[in-house]
Amino acid sequence: MKVVINADACTGQGRCFGIAPELFDFDDLGNGVVKGDGVVPPELEEKARLAEANCPEHAISIEA
Amino acid sequence: MSTNKPLVEDFATDWDHTDPQWVANPYPIWEDLRERCPVAHTNRYGGAWFPSTHEGVSRIAKDTENYTSRSVVISNLRPTDEDLPAPIGIAPPITSDPPFHAIARRLILPAFAPGVVNALEPQIRALCNRLIDQMGSGDIVNGGTQYAQYIPVGVIQQMLGFPEDDIEIFLQIVMDVLDAIDLPAAERQARGDVNRAYFEAQVQDHIDNPRDDFTSYLLNVEIEGHKLEMDHVLGTILLTLVAGIDTTWSAISSSLWHLAHHPDDLARLVNEPELIDMAVEEFLRFYAPVTMARLVAKDHDFDGCPMKKDDWILLGFPAANRDPKVFEDADTFIIDRKENRHVAFGLGIHRCAGSNLARLELKVAIQEFIKRFPTFTLEHPNEVTFAPGQVRGARNVPIRVK
Repeated sequence: MKVVINADACTGQGRCFGIAPELFDFDDLGNGVVKGDGVVPPELEEKARLAEANCPEHAISIEA
Repeated sequence: MSTNKPLVEDFATDWDHTDPQWVANPYPIWEDLRERCPVAHTNRYGGAWFPSTHEGVSRIAKDTENYTSRSVVISNLRPTDEDLPAPIGIAPPITSDPPFHAIARRLILPAFAPGVVNALEPQIRALCNRLIDQMGSGDIVNGGTQYAQYIPVGVIQQMLGFPEDDIEIFLQIVMDVLDAIDLPAAERQARGDVNRAYFEAQVQDHIDNPRDDFTSYLLNVEIEGHKLEMDHVLGTILLTLVAGIDTTWSAISSSLWHLAHHPDDLARLVNEPELIDMAVEEFLRFYAPVTMARLVAKDHDFDGCPMKKDDWILLGFPAANRDPKVFEDADTFIIDRKENRHVAFGLGIHRCAGSNLARLELKVAIQEFIKRFPTFTLEHPNEVTFAPGQVRGARNVPIRVK
């Protein structure tokens, strides 16, 4: 599993790095960024799904 | 406020966000509109539309071609092209459109980014405790007028570097912008002039005595090698004050009101403190305080509604948050709701720039209140009042703490 942020859709709502700080960080403007290569370890898959399901802008996607 | 206006009989054709019925409990109204409209119209304020679904709100919020943010507060004063200094707008970036919007927004976002905001947590916690201490040891406190309202006021006062003694002035300025929309134009203008003079004096003090705060930041920051025009500085200060105070105050006081009459939710939050982050998002969804206005930029058809240039639009983010097509059990408060794509902070390019700060204030305010008062109940439920207008939240919240 891998998480991806669509930077064009992200407006900095801040939900992803609030829910899953292990997977997401923020830049100087407060927009979400994926940490590292975005590959999700098995124990964080549920958090990744929650981050996706809570983004108001639908900016996060999960790739198998 | 709405005292001289006729009461609304049909919100589909004559809605008014200052009508007593809407102010007291807008949710059944919005549910009705979603089912039979879903875009309501009114001839009040010179003509205005209200989309009631998440889809409608979202589509308009993200469309900066057909809608302009030149004015985001509905009133009887309809701005003309001459009224608003282009391209800055009265309060950039909230009143700015692309492409200037991105420039103005980029300037302020670093000051509200999570890393900067999170550093304020200790002082927000201290402020909350100071306010609780000041309430004394009585059996009844007021969660709205003694606590919630002074948290964002104190935070914004420190952020701007304005005098601590001027807190009541801040509250009056917020009232002038948001709560006094039915005043005659001349009186609104007169109040605006007084407030502008106040800001000018504060800015002059910062020019004479630069310091490490947001006001000095605005005075020093540059766009392509040029410092900001004074109108831009003053406008952004006005925005920070107005958008940062009434909004967060409303969210905190509505949340305390909820906990005061939902003992099960209060007990869960006290016993399971790890729920706080999910609870905060559900408070934001369920009691989202903020609606924002747009002006129609050009004549067009919106789902069969003939929208004319300069018609108002009221973006009901709180209504979108109750849309059953997006939220399961939308009208039920679920303190540990796991999937919650709420839009309390708006959508698209105008996402609330202060959302990280607002979220932190709401979280800390609730945490500190329930830490001091693990059980409390609503006293005189019938005396609870709500602010009218575009920012809606509980105002008078009498709470029995022992």
